[in-house]
Amino acid sequence: MDIVVCVKRVVLTQEVDLEIDSTGKGIKKESLAHVINDWDHYAIEEAVLLQKKFGGTVTAVTIGDEEDEEVLRRALAMGAAKAIRIDPGDLAVDGFVVSRLLWAAVKDLPFELVLTGVQANDDNRGMVGVMLAEHLHIAHVAVVTGVDINEKEVELQIELEGGMEERAGIELPALLTIQTGINEPRYVSIMGIRKARKKPLEVIKASELGLSSEDLTPRTMIQELYLPPETEGAEMIEGDPVFVAESIIRILTEKGVSL
Amino acid sequence: MEEILVIVEHRQGVVRDITHEMLFKAGQLSRNNSCAVVALLIGGVNENALEELARRADKVLVLEQDSLKNFNPDSYKEIIFRLIKDRQPLMTLIGHTSWGMGYAPALSVKTGYPMATDCIDIFLENRRALAVRQMYGGKIFSKVSFKDSDGYILTVRPGAFVVPDSIGECQGEILPIPIPPDLPRPRSTFLELVDTSAGEVDIAQAELLVSIGRGVGDEENIAAVKELANFMGATLSCSRPVVDKNWLPKFRQVGTSGKSVRPKVYLALGISGAFQHIAGISGAGTVIAVNKDRKAPIFRVADFGIVDDLFRIVEALKAKLAR
Repeated sequence: MDIVVCVKRVVLTQEVDLEIDSTGKGIKKESLAHVINDWDHYAIEEAVLLQKKFGGTVTAVTIGDEEDEEVLRRALAMGAAKAIRIDPGDLAVDGFVVSRLLWAAVKDLPFELVLTGVQANDDNRGMVGVMLAEHLHIAHVAVVTGVDINEKEVELQIELEGGMEERAGIELPALLTIQTGINEPRYVSIMGIRKARKKPLEVIKASELGLSSEDLTPRTMIQELYLPPETEGAEMIEGDPVFVAESIIRILTEKGVSL
Repeated sequence: MEEILVIVEHRQGVVRDITHEMLFKAGQLSRNNSCAVVALLIGGVNENALEELARRADKVLVLEQDSLKNFNPDSYKEIIFRLIKDRQPLMTLIGHTSWGMGYAPALSVKTGYPMATDCIDIFLENRRALAVRQMYGGKIFSKVSFKDSDGYILTVRPGAFVVPDSIGECQGEILPIPIPPDLPRPRSTFLELVDTSAGEVDIAQAELLVSIGRGVGDEENIAAVKELANFMGATLSCSRPVVDKNWLPKFRQVGTSGKSVRPKVYLALGISGAFQHIAGISGAGTVIAVNKDRKAPIFRVADFGIVDDLFRIVEALKAKLAR
């Protein structure tokens, strides 16, 4: 089973104060660490698990500059056979343009499945995967938490709101957007990632993909970024842990919780 | 008259809250822009639910057929595409839910209409749409504009719009519409719905929840919090990352995809407060949050906040309670 998995390198923003940059349309990224997008990590693992079971190859694709190859090398170390980086140059992209770029690079590859993450930690859009599926004219399902394949039957678990899950069958080829928790992404060592340098990594310039100017024109524009509006927020309890613990116990008692 | 189209989301015959939230917002936008609100119901809901929709829309288009009883991304995309070609609504609102996310982006491609997802606010003026959405897990807000188009597609975050009790004064027409004759065969098939939230405890019933998130760091650290929960007579719950890592079972998960809870007190330890989590604790009496990250979104909704290492607080609480 040939599988294409689309991945993205994102800035790590947990436990970090974010600042808006001077354009007002981006954030200051200089001091931020980069990681693989959470959802894509699970998508790679799922691709590798399926490949190990059914054979075929896994190809990882990303859009980004040379530093973003880090996520491709991680995918290669996890078990992908080859990787493609689409270099956007100074192209401005939105979810639509990203989906067109991916389409142009993916359409001629052999695949029965295309996996993407449900969304990315940075833009939180959750649109690229299903847009890509529509460009490819293949079946699509979002928020997948289980993939079970036997013979040619593919059965999916789809996470719904409120603790419910849908089970559905799907025809191949198909695109699935993968939810976190579907598997346990394998650990790869720095050494493993270094060794993966031997695997093929192809770089394609966005300008060489044969896309029209309409394809490369964003359909949405960020007008302005801003920090969350002030809310009343929490009453902060400050002091040493003993004082904090006493305060918490007092609140519990006031709220009628029996300890 | 310009139309705002709202796609009704329903499950097992019951209209989901997101539908009413979208109809409420569409109503507001329509009044300021003299548009009509049109709800599209694909598949069936019970009679009362249909009338309730009609109180919140100028028209309810109903496309009923047994094969459409359950959601299908291809059927929704194809049917809505044809309806959009026909009626050219200025704006189409779809829930930013698992199902909505499964077809709305494809619909945007098929119609050529620009799309913004997971919108928490929407503006419309002189046929120009503007969406407010969040990035970086809620740490940044963004205002998004669209390339000029005949129509726009927006997916709406569940819970973003609070529906006041008084709404629902429309007397919308309920109009059955025929199934388009040339629908392609759907490429995926609904099999069944499964409840994954049942387990040995029901966190929705607990009056005190001690809840852990990503900040717990490692599986072996959970024991210390479990012990605290025992000391307090509390029930242990958690946020999504803890379940994703298989450290606790799904029935202990609080949030959109887990359970909505309503304890007297919710003690959130190392939970940053993704909106999916916050949606699940809106019914909690008092929220006390402990987190190392002063800017964690949880502090925006908590009643009391403590910026500290959760284990220092856990140990201090245990020491106090042991006495």
